[in-house]
Amino acid sequence: MGSKECHKCLIIACGAIAAEIVKLQRQQFLFNEAITLKCLPADYHNTPQKIAPAIEKILMEQRDKYDVVLVGYGDCGTGGRLDAVLEKYDATRLPGAHCYEFFAGAQLFEDMIEEELGSFFVTDYLVRFFDRLVIEGLGLDRYPHLCEIYFANYKRVVYLAQEENPVLVKKAQAAAHVLGLQFHYRKVGYGDLGNTFKSLPLKASGVANVSG
Amino acid sequence: MSDDEEEIILRDLNDEELVAQMQDDLYDGLRDEVFEGVEILLERKWDPNAILSDALVEGMRIVGIDFRDGILFVPEVLQCASAMKGGMGLLRPLLAASEHAASTGKYVIGTVKGDIHDIGKNLVGMMLEGAGFEVIDLGINNPVENYLEAIDKHKPDILGMSALLTTTMPYMGVVIEELDKRGILKELPVMVGGAPLNQEFADAINAHTYGRDAAMSAELAKTIIGRNR
Ligand code: B12
Repeated sequence: MGSKECHKCLIIACGAIAAEIVKLQRQQFLFNEAITLKCLPADYHNTPQKIAPAIEKILMEQRDKYDVVLVGYGDCGTGGRLDAVLEKYDATRLPGAHCYEFFAGAQLFEDMIEEELGSFFVTDYLVRFFDRLVIEGLGLDRYPHLCEIYFANYKRVVYLAQEENPVLVKKAQAAAHVLGLQFHYRKVGYGDLGNTFKSLPLKASGVANVSG
Repeated sequence: MSDDEEEIILRDLNDEELVAQMQDDLYDGLRDEVFEGVEILLERKWDPNAILSDALVEGMRIVGIDFRDGILFVPEVLQCASAMKGGMGLLRPLLAASEHAASTGKYVIGTVKGDIHDIGKNLVGMMLEGAGFEVIDLGINNPVENYLEAIDKHKPDILGMSALLTTTMPYMGVVIEELDKRGILKELPVMVGGAPLNQEFADAINAHTYGRDAAMSAELAKTIIGRNR
């Protein structure tokens, strides 16, 4: 890889954190040209067996073109299959089991689970697309009565907010209401996603280089 | 009126057609229709065990295959499960009273500590019941003590554990180790399952059997019992 001034970096991320990655990239004034962002559909969440093969396909075709590859996923229910692929292609992923854990940070996540195991977590993204990912994703639009089967073991919705946004808080509250659960709000920011980003071996550009 | 119309159609079918129709209705998650099919077969003096295995379990086996192949999704599977449950509700008291009441074996099943996913576990429980097992369901979030207590109390032939989170999978290993320490493991086959698991993981934690899906798990459980008797 040598000592290039600016490493070429490929980020392969779950669609559910794409907006957050773009935001962090801008905040940290990173060369847009140095980073290529590829997203996979967020609804792979419900079919995690698709995640590792989809990432492997991209890596197989493109690994050579980049110095660094960051995979914007946790284990996400791949049961170690994703890690096996990443090891093969010398790529790293975000720490933790899933996005709720890397946004909250491992300790805080564990504390909240300890406090109430029956917690259903939502992020900014999940609140924004609650209807598509949760209501339609779980088939509650077609079969509303399934709500009880899915959420019988749950007590509360925990909103792990990235940004402070009263509109989203209202929406999250409404979502909790629809599921018949209590509501708990916690601003956690970007957690380990932000930290991982800071540690990428990329050179920051001037403010002027940030394009809209 | 449509209910009446369908009633007439179901009753018009001969046994073979009716069983095939019931499997279709189960696939489509039509609880009322499946229930009615069971009623009709009972009126035709079918053995409750045959109704269970030929119409319901076989129907659910097909559902399981299409779920595995990505043709059906979780909500549809839940609809099918609900239809099967309806039919089973009608058969359960009859099965208990029939001469074949002797169960295939006792099966204790539960989701491990820290995990509250239970859809897969419930499906496995249902298929085990369909295969004639007496199923003792410990529910969710079970620490090792719960398993030990249930083993002590119910003396099961098989113990089953479910986990859906990467973070809770390793706890199955903890339970198995504890069973081994207490000398229980050599007597009691432990089956494990859950979407993120695979055979390698099951081998690594020293589980007896890995169950990929509900129908297969019920078959494997029967095989284990057969071997141990
Ligand atoms: C439905 C679902 C839910 C439902 C659960 C409803 C319920 N009552 O169980 C809801 C929406 C509530 C939910 C919540 C959460 N979930 Co969830 N959930 C799923 C999903 C989409 C499907 C699981 C399922 O029910 N499948 C259907 C059944 C039929 O299949 P199955 O469970 O695999 O079971 C079959 C086999 O595995 C086997 N089997 C299962 N158990 C056993 C046991 C034995 C003994 C045997 C022999 C066989 C066997 O037979 C079964 C029948 O065929 C999975 C993704 C996936 N596709 O796996 C995520 C998933 C498991 N969830 C996940 C997560 C992260 C969560 C949450 C943290 C999300 C959140 N927003 O808060 C919470 C949990 C919070 C907490 N406090 O723990 C992740 C786990 C990631 C990881 N790293 O481990 C997954 C993988 C999604 C993802 N890609 O990120 N979830």
